[in-house]
Amino acid sequence: MSTHNFTHLDALESESIHIMREVAAECKNPALLFSGGKDSIVMLRLAEKAFRPAKFPFPLVHIDTEHNFPEVIACRDKLAADLGERLIVRSLEDSIKRGTIVIKDESKPRNPFQSVTLLETIEEFGFDACLGGARRDEEKARAKERIFSFRDEFGQWDPKNQRPELWDTYNTRVHPGENIRVFPISNWTEMDIWQYIGREKLYIPPIYYAHEREVIRRGGNVIPVSHLVQPKPGEKVEVATVRFRTVGDMTCTAPVESTARTVEEIIEETATTRITERGATRMDDQTSEASMELRKKEGYF
Amino acid sequence: MSTQTQLLRFITAGSVDDGKSTLIGRLLHDSKSIFEDQFSAISKTSEKRGMGAVDLSLLTDGLQAEREQGITIDVAYRYFATPLRKYIIGDTPGHEQYTRNMVTAASTANLAIILIDARRGVLTQTRRHTYLASLLGIPHIVLAVNKMDMVDYSQARFDEIVAEYRKFAAPLGIDNPVCIPLSALNGDMVVDRGDKLDWYTGPALLEHLDTVEIDHDVNTTDFRFPVQWVCRPQTDEFHDFRGFAGRIEAGEISVGDEITILPAGRTTQVKEIVTYDGKLQTAFAPQSVTLTLADEIDISRGDLFVRSADLQPRVSKEFRAVLCWLSETPLEKSRKYLVKHTTRVAKCLFSSIDHRVDVNTLELHPAENLKMNDIAQVQLKVQQPLVFDDYATDRATGSFIVIDEATNNTVAAGMII
Repeated sequence: MSTHNFTHLDALESESIHIMREVAAECKNPALLFSGGKDSIVMLRLAEKAFRPAKFPFPLVHIDTEHNFPEVIACRDKLAADLGERLIVRSLEDSIKRGTIVIKDESKPRNPFQSVTLLETIEEFGFDACLGGARRDEEKARAKERIFSFRDEFGQWDPKNQRPELWDTYNTRVHPGENIRVFPISNWTEMDIWQYIGREKLYIPPIYYAHEREVIRRGGNVIPVSHLVQPKPGEKVEVATVRFRTVGDMTCTAPVESTARTVEEIIEETATTRITERGATRMDDQTSEASMELRKKEGYF
Repeated sequence: MSTQTQLLRFITAGSVDDGKSTLIGRLLHDSKSIFEDQFSAISKTSEKRGMGAVDLSLLTDGLQAEREQGITIDVAYRYFATPLRKYIIGDTPGHEQYTRNMVTAASTANLAIILIDARRGVLTQTRRHTYLASLLGIPHIVLAVNKMDMVDYSQARFDEIVAEYRKFAAPLGIDNPVCIPLSALNGDMVVDRGDKLDWYTGPALLEHLDTVEIDHDVNTTDFRFPVQWVCRPQTDEFHDFRGFAGRIEAGEISVGDEITILPAGRTTQVKEIVTYDGKLQTAFAPQSVTLTLADEIDISRGDLFVRSADLQPRVSKEFRAVLCWLSETPLEKSRKYLVKHTTRVAKCLFSSIDHRVDVNTLELHPAENLKMNDIAQVQLKVQQPLVFDDYATDRATGSFIVIDEATNNTVAAGMII
């Protein structure tokens, strides 16, 4: 195949397209979880490659924590509109109104509650499969998760009882009430994502590129100032040149100091960085070595 | 890292104390694929456990349950890259009861590293891992003789182990394993050559991984295209568009080629090869594409396109296969199961068990039943005809999974013979 010049990005892309088409063909009522972040934007391009010239055989679904960066929400809406695909948004606020989520502190991260609204949305629409943009290189628990990850009636993941996954022959079968999470970009790394964004010239929220922003320094982290995060007495607000490696909950997503203003510069920086993506930017995963595993068991993503 | 690198998937197989996790940790560490926060986390743990040096094996510990027990309980996937290749490592545990995990990881691997402790030599587990690697058709085998530091880096000991291994591996069709002496603990001959193994003139492990020829790991001659999804946009612009989406599992295809649609057997020509990035003249495995055809033929998911000029696959409702039983619930011969083969699902019955293979001795035994981790040659009957090749000819069209309809679990993996 070297005569054909088939690169690792081509191989990953073809694998992801194959996975998405299996979902479209075998699942009755799938959805694609789309947040407006870079991984889910890559997922949209892969879906275009899998299904065009037809429409996507599933809607896009966003579980909005209402703690998102406005630039990310704007990008979410723009991309869904540009593609002409259906976007369903369900907010944590709805669950809070229903009383299924009780928030004690507005300034605390909302990620732990996302699974509640996600499970409620799955039930509302009767989704039997949710395509997600999680990658195995992100975190230890994800490194062991199958591409087709089976969830019981409570949306729970049981790491010790996973279906064996052989070749590219995926078992998509579920009983009514159960569902699967499908991760077509499981085998992609942060570097692959950036190389693909560069190769495909994908539009991503501008906060992924270096920009000036008001931040405060708290416990070794650089924290963006927002309506949710204000300086405590004694803390100084400074303007730093930063970019985001991930764009999650505003209260717990830290930017990194960077001057990379193009995809090429980000790729260069990613090649030389010495801190993992989540280690650098997700304060909620630093709490305990097993925190992601616990959240997944509860039905998160 | 350039965007012109190739993808290589490999597994590591060894018994519990062969230093497998340390080898993977060493590969990641010395190829500079470990990040500071990961390194500081394992440094802390090593210190907590009272270890003198940082234990690189902790890098591959995944789940909380494992960290508590200090063992690896499932297949974990790791990633690293060099300027030449991107790697996916399927990390499989070496315990007796986890044959199924090795089979799982081996099913997608281009290469297997069989790990041996230089002090202990070729063990029962080595035979089992080698047999499974050959059964799953992994194209490249590397014998890594680890812990050379514990045998004074002795060439005589290495030669002795290699000779014994070759004698055992040759009848399994592994004619030319690449054998490398190394010390994962000290880093000799993993990424760097070190200065203790000067008598060894072959490649260090990573050098071999970077350069081994993998272009012909898939069948490049006989076109195989299982139809995955029928693309019918039904928009004004694409009113009459009817495309057949799928991944080319083997061979290549060009516009104008005559194809046969199996199992029905009708022939037509490829009209267009459609992709998001434009139409192609020729496409090849493992590209995902959409084909349009010259004639309107009733085609659905599960049909297989082959090029009429190529070697033709078999079409049958009965076939023999080597089966690896993966489920804790044993096979019940009186029950019907589902087979998923390429993109087709069919009901099946196990009409007979020819024999069970003892994976340690390779002896054949009669068997009435199959339980978890058993490997056996069986005969299957399916409700609708399948279109298949021998697994040895084509991994994609020669493999299948067995699903229990009652639980929806994947209970077995099969390789057609």
